Order: sequence, then C-alpha cells, then structure tokens
Amino acid sequence: MSMATLGRSEGAMLARRPEFEIEPIDASGIGEVARPLSAMERIVNNEAVRKVAILIALAIVWELYARWLNNPLLFPSFAETVATFVADISSGTLIDRVATSMRSLIYGYGTGLALAAVLTTVAVSTRFGTDILNTLTAMFNPLPAIALLPLALIWFGLGIGSLIFVIVHSVLWAVSLNTLTGFRAVPEVLRMSGRNYGLKGLRYVIHILIPAGFPAILAGLKIGWAFAWRTLIAAELVFGVSSRSGGLGWYIFEARSELDTARVFSGLLAVILIGLFVESVIFRAIEKRTVQRWGMQH
Amino acid sequence: MTLSAIAQPRPVHGLSGASGGQAPPREASPVLPGLLEVEGLTLQYKTPNHLVTATYRVDCAVHEQDRYVILGPSGCGKSTMLKAVGGFMTPEEGHIRLRGREVVGPGPDRMMVFQEFEQLMPWKTVLENVLFPMRIAGRFKGKDAMDRALSIIDKVKLTKFRDVYPHMLSGGMKMRVAIARAMAMEPDILLMDEPFAALDALTRRKMQDELLQLWEQVRFTLMFVTHSIEEAIIVGSRILVLSPHPGRVRAELDASQLGFDTVGTPAFGALSDKIHNLLFEHELGPQRQEEDAQA
Repeated sequence: MSMATLGRSEGAMLARRPEFEIEPIDASGIGEVARPLSAMERIVNNEAVRKVAILIALAIVWELYARWLNNPLLFPSFAETVATFVADISSGTLIDRVATSMRSLIYGYGTGLALAAVLTTVAVSTRFGTDILNTLTAMFNPLPAIALLPLALIWFGLGIGSLIFVIVHSVLWAVSLNTLTGFRAVPEVLRMSGRNYGLKGLRYVIHILIPAGFPAILAGLKIGWAFAWRTLIAAELVFGVSSRSGGLGWYIFEARSELDTARVFSGLLAVILIGLFVESVIFRAIEKRTVQRWGMQH
Repeated sequence: MTLSAIAQPRPVHGLSGASGGQAPPREASPVLPGLLEVEGLTLQYKTPNHLVTATYRVDCAVHEQDRYVILGPSGCGKSTMLKAVGGFMTPEEGHIRLRGREVVGPGPDRMMVFQEFEQLMPWKTVLENVLFPMRIAGRFKGKDAMDRALSIIDKVKLTKFRDVYPHMLSGGMKMRVAIARAMAMEPDILLMDEPFAALDALTRRKMQDELLQLWEQVRFTLMFVTHSIEEAIIVGSRILVLSPHPGRVRAELDASQLGFDTVGTPAFGALSDKIHNLLFEHELGPQRQEEDAQA
C-alpha cells in the first residue's frame, strides 16, 4: 500500500490562515467563578441525611402496617418494640446479654485475626506457604461456620469454647484470603522500594505489605466481622443456655419461647443496631483515617 | 592504584569501526578503578515459557560524580542491568562491584528511583516518605534525619507540599519526591530507571533541568537508564550504548560537554546522529533499501 492512497488528493494545499493574538475576553459577566451550593442542595448531597430519611420512612411504614394488622403476637408495632427495647436496656438485661455476646465475639475475632496474620505471613514468604493457604481456604471457606457447631459441641462442650471455635472459623478464611489478595496486589515498584531500603521478613510485611495492601485487608476485616457476628448470633440461638448468662441470641430464643414477640423484635433490633454501629461508625472511621486519606479508595 | 592512573582519561571506544568483531578494542592499560564496576555481566530471567538473556558479557565502570547513562532500544536489557546493580537480580555470569565489594542484594547504598509513580508510599506524606528510608536503614536518626529531609525537600521545591499525601501531587512532583527520598540517603550511587518516561514532555524537560541543577549542587553519582537519545545526551556525562537483544556493549561515549544549552548545536546533533547510527544501523539498512525500491 503506498502513501498516496492513504492521503487525500495529493495536489491539494492547506489554505493559509492568518495568525492572531488577543487579550482573553472579560469573564466578569459570569459572576463568581466558584459559587457555593444552596443549603437544600448541600443537605441532599449529605449521605447521612439521605440514609436517616430512609430509616424514618421504614419506621413509619412498619408502624402503620402493625396498627393495621393489629396482632401484637405476630407483628408488634414499632412503638412497642422500641418500648421493650428501652425497658430492657434500662433494666440492664439487654446490656448484659450484649456484653456476653461481645465478649465471645472479641475473643473469637481476635484469635481469628491473629491466626490469619500468622497464616498470611507464612503464605507470603514462601511458595509452599501460599499453596497451603490457598488449599485450606478453598476447602474451608465454603463451609458455613454453623455447620461446624455440632463438632464444636463434641470437642469443646456447651460454652464459650465452642462459640470461639466457630467464630474463628468464620473469620480466619475470609480475612486470610483478602489479606493475601491485598499483598499480591502491591505494586512491584513499591515492593522493590521496600527491599531497596533493606527491609526483609517481618519488617517488610509490617512496613510495606500491610499498609500497601490495606484496602483489601480492611475489606477482609469487614467481611470477617460480618461473618463472625452472624455466626455468633446463630450459634447462641442453638445453645447459650449452658452458661449463667446467655448472649443476644439466647435473649431472642428465650423471648420466642415465652411468645413475647415484641422482645424478639427488640433483640433483632439490637443485632441490627450493633451491626450498623460497627460497620458505619467504627469501620467507616478507620476507612476515613486510612485508605481514603491516602487516596487508595474513594 | 595510583592517582595518576585514576586521572588518566578514559578511552572512548566503539567508534573505531570493528563492526564485525565482537569485543570493542580494549586498552592495554589495566582497568581503572571505578566506583561501580561491572565485569562480564550476563543476566537472564525466566518468563513462563522462555529463558531470556537480557545482557551478555557487559563491561562498564562508573566513576565518582559520573552521570552515567545506559542507552539502548527497548528490550536491550538496560533496565534489567540497573536492577542487577540494585541487587534485585543475580548475575548468571560476571560481577558487579561497588567500591570493590560484590553486590549481593538490595541495599540503601544504591537507592533506586523508578518510572512508576506507585513507588511512593501512599500512606505517608511527602515528608514521611523522605524520612522513611533514613529511619528504616538507621543511617540517619532523629533530628539529623529530619533536618536532612527538610533540606532536600526544599532543594526539590516541595516545602509547601511536605505534609501532603502523594495522591494529591502531580506526576512531576511525585517524581521529585522519589528523587528527594533517594538523595536524602546519600547513596554511593543513585540508580534511575527511565524516571521521566511517564511525564509529559514539558514536565520532563523541567525535571531534566532540575536533576542537572541538583547534580551541580550535590555532585552525586548517577546511573540513569533511558531510551531517548536526546535525554541521554542532556542528562549524561558518559553514555553507554547497548546493542539490541541481548544487550551487549556497543560504545561508551562522552557527553560531558553537552547539555541543555547546547541543544540544537552541531556538536549535539553530531553526537545524536552518531548514537542513532550505532543503535539502528542494522535495522535501517534493509528498510531504507525497501523504501528506495518503492520510490
């Protein structure tokens, strides 16, 4: 293929146009270059405001439906649920139950994270370690923690040991998998920079891999938390009667056997509120201070 | 080794024809002691399907205060060679010696500056990024490290941005942080792997200028990889020209007299043409004949 067929007609010349230079036109006609948005626009832009509006709307729908149904045994109203909730909090029952649940959760979550840290550190330093972690994760990740509960009961009996065992199982694989993914995604030049300074082994993991892989690690922590919380409540529903004070799951179970539906709802409300608090207050704050501030996530 | 030996002018070889011969003509005098000596360096790396030879028996010596540019077409193994000097690759054959000591692994005496902006730690501010290697390597401590960091940040004109996180900086600023971070360590040699390749043309020019100004002030030793002939002549005082795949030494040229102020002069053009011919002599020959045949 010759150049002539690619170009336009060969003989045509570009018409010469005069050059010019001028002062930029007056831009004062547009007013302020940056104008603040109106108060309404700013309120609508606020995510928290929008979310609260949705919650209020849901509460109203709930209240209206419950009143229309008029069957507190099946579906207590929003007001009744809140009344029970407040009463149980002021009497200390609910707080006691939540504290019991939280204790198991923190032990389990903490142990799970510690194990995940060891496992991923080994996995990232050797190829054999990576294979071990990948194989274990592939095997155990699809296994619901609650399915291990019967086994946990045989091994650890009724009590906090079994709870911690199932929570560790639900946390460990999710966190390890995400952490390893995060480590793998660390840019090669960042790794090389770290090694350039003479970082090796554990110091390399702490100073380079963990902060660089933090977006994925944080996602893992969140998933791990959500799994752990669900597993705990489910496990407590099955047992939790053993120890002197049961957890939140036991609170719900107990209320059901007494046909106190408003209390069942109040327990569920507590589960939701704690879940929301951890996700949108604690994890949100960590996100703001870390990955968002560093521009690693928007 | 006596001083007079060091003071001798180094040979500029590779020009005296010998295109058929493998090795460029060697001087009879003993090899001069450089700060960094590369001897018979053969580098290989594995891809999933191939064992690639990146460089083959490369010799070179970098002296104190050299701005030593490694120039070659893409795939000639110049970046691989810099990585080997950085300690990230083990030579298949040959030696790399820094101040007479064999290079065995990465270390803060050879600070690297990469092309990619991700080399900065996004979780650290500009100041923390500069401080980090000093504190990690334990080379400078406490107030000393802080003073050095502030002074070098001032030198690269980023004082106003020292508490800003890297994601808020422009490409040129990020590169300046990377350079400052490396220079604050006062490495024996500063290794730069196409540092300005990801920048736009105007910023690149400015950065080349700033790098030369820094060099005037500090007189560090620099090893610089590029595939741009112009950049090589402007930045470099010595230019090592590597042949295409696998990289072998084609020439070592002197460009110490040429810089920004000589761009466009006949001397600059002549060196540029000479390098161009050294790099593309094999490719251009047959291609030009083809074009002639078509016309």
